[in-house]
Amino acid sequence: MTSTITPYEDGPLIVRGDFELRTPDGTSIAPGRATIALCRCGKSAINPFCDGTHKMINFRAGADRDTPKPR
Amino acid sequence: MVESGDRRYGPAPLPQPRGPVSAALHDALTSAPHDLPADLASEFDGVDPIDDEDLQLTLFLCYELHYRGWRGVDDRWEWQPSLIALRSRAEAVFEAAVRVLAGPQPPLLDGRMASALAAVVAADDGPALSAYLQRRATHEQFREFVMHRSIYHLREADPHSWALPRLGGPAKAALVEIQVDEYGGGRLDRMHAELFRVTLERLGLDTGYGAYLDAVPAVTLAGNNLMSLFGLHRRLRGALLGHLAAYEMTSSLPNRRYGRGLRRLGLDEAATRFYDEHVEADAVHEQIAAHDMCGGLVRVEPHLAADVLFGASAALALDRLFAAWTLNSWQAGRSSLRPHGPGAPITLHVDELHRATGSETASLMTGLAC
Ligand code: FES
Ligand SMILES: [Fe+2]
Ligand SMILES: [Fe+2]
Repeated sequence: MTSTITPYEDGPLIVRGDFELRTPDGTSIAPGRATIALCRCGKSAINPFCDGTHKMINFRAGADRDTPKPR
Repeated sequence: MVESGDRRYGPAPLPQPRGPVSAALHDALTSAPHDLPADLASEFDGVDPIDDEDLQLTLFLCYELHYRGWRGVDDRWEWQPSLIALRSRAEAVFEAAVRVLAGPQPPLLDGRMASALAAVVAADDGPALSAYLQRRATHEQFREFVMHRSIYHLREADPHSWALPRLGGPAKAALVEIQVDEYGGGRLDRMHAELFRVTLERLGLDTGYGAYLDAVPAVTLAGNNLMSLFGLHRRLRGALLGHLAAYEMTSSLPNRRYGRGLRRLGLDEAATRFYDEHVEADAVHEQIAAHDMCGGLVRVEPHLAADVLFGASAALALDRLFAAWTLNSWQAGRSSLRPHGPGAPITLHVDELHRATGSETASLMTGLAC
């Protein structure tokens, strides 16, 4: 089973490949399409999927690993 | 010239002409391919090409030959040289007008295509048709909106598919990833065009391909012709991808509003499915379109960056005109469609338009068209 999860700048996580989306109790969540966008701003009305709300709230996030700045 | 009893997929019957050029072309198309009069294009009357009913219908008549064709029209017209010559003349004035409307493009900072596209989209401040449809539109107004949109949605994604053979590499992969979803992953009942047909049905509207061609005004035809113009010229492939990106990037939020509007009017889940699906699908598509497709294109062909931004701006500009037209008509108590019946003139009262663009429209403006 290979799949990729890609953070898109200021937007969702895009998931591609062979994956299954499940609730914690193991029930499948129908992805609806081959490539999906998972919300990472926390404000989507159709969680766990992105619905574009991140743009309304000016969500900012990088596309790579963040490294904490030294204090 | 295949005649089929199934009107769902076209070819549509020829629409009624709207002026001397479309009348001559319409007449010619009903007989075997032959040369059109060479000076036909000089009969366009020089009004704003985007509002010119005769010019926009002429373009639509020419372009449709490359999609589903016209019922009863010889398929060989598609490449008839004098028809192509007429089309080129109409395209030249149309493209020039669209370039003026789209305005100058912002510079691309260190090849950051996605941010440049986001800036174009954020700068779009047209009248918020979607907010009106969500909160205020009557049942009849919503039906009108759907009739306008049926010209595109019943062949949704088709114009952008013209880009496929013109691309290679990452941009092509990204476009395929989007188009596969638009075409329902190859499942007919999930194809976006088919979801739209259900919405038409639920609203008691005609689900035939091109059924409302006679009803829609020049501005609606222009939006469709823009996609065909970009799609049928390899030179404009950057603009075609920018156009698709702009559509995807301004879709999720308005589609949520359209769905809510239909629910407010008492329509069921089958009717809203097209819009609900687009909220979710286009949140995916917009990322792929901006970063992978347009970003991928300009990494390989950096000189196309300005075209991509032009295509995006043009898409939004024509959509703004459509929104203004529709809202102005409704605020003046008129239909946004052409009067029914062959040859019925459409009259636009300029003073009325100005009155309608006053306070009412201003209160409907939002920062984003999406
Ligand atoms: S990341 Fe898009 S809505 Fe949250
Ligand atoms: Fe779609
Ligand atoms: Fe889409």
